[in-house]
Amino acid sequence: MELALQKDIFVGFFRAGMLGYGGGPSSIPLIRKEVVDTYEWMTDDEFGDVLALGNTLPGPIAPKMAGYIGYRVAGIVGLFTAIMATIVPSVLLMIILIGFLSSFRDSPSVQGMTQAVTPVVGVMLGVLAYDFFKQSRKGLGIVWAIVLCVVSLVGMQFVGLHPAIIIVVLMAFGFWLGNRRKGHSSSDGDKKGAQS
Amino acid sequence: MIYWDIFLAFLIPGVVGYGGGPASIGLVQYEVVNRYGWMSVGEFGEIIALANTLPGPIGTKLAGYVGYEMAGIPGALVALFAYVSPSLIAMVTLLGLLYKFKDSPRVKSMTGLIKPAIAILLAVLAFQFFETSWFSAGVLQTILIGLVSLWLLERVKVHPAFVIVGALLYGALVLPFIPLI
Repeated sequence: MELALQKDIFVGFFRAGMLGYGGGPSSIPLIRKEVVDTYEWMTDDEFGDVLALGNTLPGPIAPKMAGYIGYRVAGIVGLFTAIMATIVPSVLLMIILIGFLSSFRDSPSVQGMTQAVTPVVGVMLGVLAYDFFKQSRKGLGIVWAIVLCVVSLVGMQFVGLHPAIIIVVLMAFGFWLGNRRKGHSSSDGDKKGAQS
Repeated sequence: MIYWDIFLAFLIPGVVGYGGGPASIGLVQYEVVNRYGWMSVGEFGEIIALANTLPGPIGTKLAGYVGYEMAGIPGALVALFAYVSPSLIAMVTLLGLLYKFKDSPRVKSMTGLIKPAIAILLAVLAFQFFETSWFSAGVLQTILIGLVSLWLLERVKVHPAFVIVGALLYGALVLPFIPLI
């Protein structure tokens, strides 16, 4: 059974990696598909938290997400399985095919493949963006969801703030809000939060 | 010692590179071309172009390949380890904390508030992919492929694997014969 789980982890992340054209970020919707829809290891909300923190930390995004999800699902072995499935196939292809690729890179068919797959990745990321907007609307209400979206958009695109800074500021603000609400209702979870 | 150099060359982009692999390419280039002189700018550019024709995360493809070129399989392993492990360890530790306190109202309100920022981050990424496609495949093809794949993914509920393979086939067999608009 344990082995079956490791196999699922391998297959899931192998698929997400091998179908992601355009680097790790293009694999994000595919990882969500495997983790939330196909294998149901996480809810949409939990996946959102993983993605948020993944974007706040430096370093490559796909291995970070794969490693953490593998770890959550099946401990340290799961971590290695997920990382291997994400990284090794594409590195091997690269090392083996590099000579072959350099002779075919300029062929119209190879260029056409890259061109045709780019809008598909755009659509998948766009759909995922809309999913997150729906989640925010559900959690914060339509007004705050829109306000925070506009603030984030202006911050990232027009002020040129790094997304990680915006995420950290929002997290700090959320932490502070949660602390203020503590006065009205105190629960066990809250005490645990206070200890952190 | 070459392994130590490889380790440092990929540790730094892994620790200071924000925004995933594609955003770290410049940092990798600085180490590989400017600091250690393992490749010329032209060679490195060629490697990136080739790496982009293959699926999978780009940063690890570069790390694995450059490590392999410099010091064989052990070199590839050292480069990948240096590039991936620091951020992965941070991720597992911090998310472990977050998960432990997930029922706390503070953590709930923290993770609730960042959702809109993530939505925008993904929307910006989506826009960048459309922009790239706009200039390489043309306006008409971008809209056509975009709409068809949206319809297949969201209405017909086709698994993304088939949509992507379909797009690759379309790109290889049909796109070269269509004039750029």
